[in-house]
Amino acid sequence: MLAGIRQFFAERSVLEVETPLLGHSIGTDPQLEFFITEYCLSPGMVCMPQAGREPARQSPLRQTLFLQTSPEFAMKRLLAAGSGSIYQIGKAFRNGESGRFHNPEFTMLEWYRVGFTLPQLMDEIAELIAGLFSGQSLQKTQRVSYQDIFCSFTGLDPLVFSYQDYCAFAGDSGLSEAVDICGHDHAVWLDFIFSHKVQPHLGDNALCMVYGYPACQSSLARINEQCALTTDRVELFINGIELGNGYYELADAEEQSRRFDKELAIRQQHQLPVFVKDKRLISALESGLPECSGVAIGLDRLLMLLSGSVSIDDVLSFPIHRA
Amino acid sequence: MASYSTNEFKAGLKVMLDNDPCAIIENEFVKPGKGQAFNRVKIRNLKTGRVIERTFKSGESLEGADVVDVEMQYLYNDGQFRHFMVPDTFEQYQTDEKVVGEAGKWLKDQDSCTVTLWNDAPLAISPPNFVDLAITETDPGVRGDTSGGGGKPATLETGAVVRVPLFVQIGEVIKVDTRTGEYVSRVKE
Repeated sequence: MLAGIRQFFAERSVLEVETPLLGHSIGTDPQLEFFITEYCLSPGMVCMPQAGREPARQSPLRQTLFLQTSPEFAMKRLLAAGSGSIYQIGKAFRNGESGRFHNPEFTMLEWYRVGFTLPQLMDEIAELIAGLFSGQSLQKTQRVSYQDIFCSFTGLDPLVFSYQDYCAFAGDSGLSEAVDICGHDHAVWLDFIFSHKVQPHLGDNALCMVYGYPACQSSLARINEQCALTTDRVELFINGIELGNGYYELADAEEQSRRFDKELAIRQQHQLPVFVKDKRLISALESGLPECSGVAIGLDRLLMLLSGSVSIDDVLSFPIHRA
Repeated sequence: MASYSTNEFKAGLKVMLDNDPCAIIENEFVKPGKGQAFNRVKIRNLKTGRVIERTFKSGESLEGADVVDVEMQYLYNDGQFRHFMVPDTFEQYQTDEKVVGEAGKWLKDQDSCTVTLWNDAPLAISPPNFVDLAITETDPGVRGDTSGGGGKPATLETGAVVRVPLFVQIGEVIKVDTRTGEYVSRVKE
């Protein structure tokens, strides 16, 4: 699989890069938890954490570093510095995520195509997946908008939040607990309904690309020019498994900074650890990110699908509980 | 009782849900790459035996349920209650037919079985997977018949009715799988 991916990008003259796993800052996404570690500038200062001891103060000789949840920020800085199209195969870390489809340390393929719009990138994704699955009879790639697919499985409009309709749907579907869990939070409602009622049906032995995500789930994607309620974001599914996520990348430094602030506010509200936004990314965006689209694909899950495995543990050398 | 958070849910854990003791059967972590994390949990209500699916926000927690399985000896049926005893302590428990349910038809005096206790009160009874019981009533046997063929109904000493091969006679002891209610073999005395 890895050889196939590298060959695919070599043929298209996309440069392979490597970026740091340890970084001074981290994404502000309220839904992602990260690993924190401490960097000591001189060797004698390394000490084991002890129970009951105050964590060491931040000092010039001790710095907090984060294991990256994705190489996105570092790769965007390369893009802004004029790297051209790039890809990376590397580890990413997400704390607290473990299950049949999750391991807190996993392998990610992420690539950026300078000058590509999202539909162009989707063509390339389909080519890559088709190539990797050649020999296995994968059906024709499907492309559907979030609104269409959501509506066809639920009858609800994902772009306009109607608390009554969403609650009624949950009640009718035997998911009445959703009312308590989601409250009046549109984004959580969408996550809940989509992951329970839509996603399991996506990509029956085929790659299914869902585009046009609601604006409240935009993160680092651009708002669509025609429809301000949606963003140029795409998600990939095969056999109901989420494989990856792509954007027509937001290049507006001010807008990005605003979104970071908004997410930090949400973190504060939910009493999650709050950290400073990545100033180096903002300044890279200020200096100018070229028009580009990018996507990240979880390679462990892709390998699960290629090998017909039922659990991510089957494709990892040592899953977290045995690492 | 301690409480357990969704990431501690694993098969077999006993928790309280809607005021009933339940056992976790399966726990699936569901998380969109850029979204809220949920745990989709399959749970058996230990009172009713019904299996339901319920979703929790990851990190939510449930109160643990004081549920234990204890090996006990079945003593007797006094007409209203059935009586059980813990062999080591001679501690006795009594339950009505509602709790005993289907298990009742496999219980023979002195046999051992598993009693599930919730807050020290019997919640459910499970018989051993295989029990040996004598046949009290069945049609006369046919010599030379093998275990293939259709079989015939036979009433056992506990009142249960199972299908047995034609050659099995009244008074013989047979082994029965209590999970399926099927005849397994004859038992040599």
